Amino acid sequence: MSEFTQLVLLFFGTVFVNNFILVRFLGICPFLGVSKQVETAMGMGLATTFVMTLTGAATWLINTYILEALNLPFLQYVSFIIVIASLVQFVEMFIKKTSPVLYKSLGIFLPLITTNCAILGLALLIPLNGYSFIGSTVFGFGAGIGFTLAIVLMAGLREKLEFGDVPGVLKGVPVTLIIAGIMAMAFMGFSGLITI
Amino acid sequence: MSVNAKQLISDFKNGLWQENPIFRLVIGMCPTLAVTNTMVNGLAMGLATSFVLISSEIVVSLIKKLIPGDVRIPSYILIIATFVTFVDYFLKAFYPSIAASLSLFVPLIVVNCLILGRQETFASQNPVHRSFADALGMGIGFTWALLLLSAVRELFGMGSMFGLQILGDWYRPMVIMVLPAGAFITLGILIAIMNVIGKNATNDTTCH
Repeated sequence: MSEFTQLVLLFFGTVFVNNFILVRFLGICPFLGVSKQVETAMGMGLATTFVMTLTGAATWLINTYILEALNLPFLQYVSFIIVIASLVQFVEMFIKKTSPVLYKSLGIFLPLITTNCAILGLALLIPLNGYSFIGSTVFGFGAGIGFTLAIVLMAGLREKLEFGDVPGVLKGVPVTLIIAGIMAMAFMGFSGLITI
Repeated sequence: MSVNAKQLISDFKNGLWQENPIFRLVIGMCPTLAVTNTMVNGLAMGLATSFVLISSEIVVSLIKKLIPGDVRIPSYILIIATFVTFVDYFLKAFYPSIAASLSLFVPLIVVNCLILGRQETFASQNPVHRSFADALGMGIGFTWALLLLSAVRELFGMGSMFGLQILGDWYRPMVIMVLPAGAFITLGILIAIMNVIGKNATNDTTCH
């Protein structure tokens, strides 16, 4: 298999087969919290995808050239979280300077991304899976797209749910979780489709 | 009983039910859903999180005056990450099989919003003894909720509890319960039940 094919498979595998939210349980908080409207869900998804792609590349560099080179694996958690926090800060400042329109739509989501466990999970999975530099970037991008897919689908369902007749006790969080369960069942259909 | 002791007891009891992290506040969902496929994992996760929560609340409330307001969140995260590294190495050394099955979710305690949230709302504003009571209550509240969820999932999904076979051969395990889909559905139903018991169904995710 050529390297390109492998990267394409890695991308689709990350989006569908090992979806970060519905299969790996990473990033459940924004999935439940920011999925009331399709528009905001889309904004959150895009901001997260952006940060995830950069995180994929940055953690590979830090891990390979600093942590592994100097034999400091015990600093992994501390250094990854610092990388993510500063990356988010940097992205926020960059977008604010270059594109005020984009900042207006993504701005409020950026601070929330630091504590999104999908990002730290992504950073920790990269050394575990032993991806290359390009592989890590593709993995980050695929994870972000998978996150966006799940959160936008959920927001679409919840918008419809507003008009549904939900029993009183299930209103709010419980019914959202049950819908997520049914979505996870649907995503189980993808399992085994791509094995890397 | 003095006012002080009463205060401590109410701080402690707060996390058990009134503000139970999982059933009432609905925070810290990633480990809640991911590691509750067996009771052993659920208990280990609950204890690990409680340890980190208690230690970091003590440290934060001790040094709260030294932390400048602007960099408090990064400082909290660093304190938390240090204790998480400690727990992770402890589990890997003494309980390698549990460490392997929790895998990624031990390091992810760093970004558990329950822990960061308690530093911000409680430990940074209250003295050490009250922070300790709060952390202990929250930790136990988190642990019992994880245990309940994992008990339901393990019993229906494998017919066992803590790895001991409870239901006989007649029982056909519902595999879905130990898979991701079962986690979401079980938690949804449990929260609905807790809402009925607690009457005031006002839970909404407070942190994202």
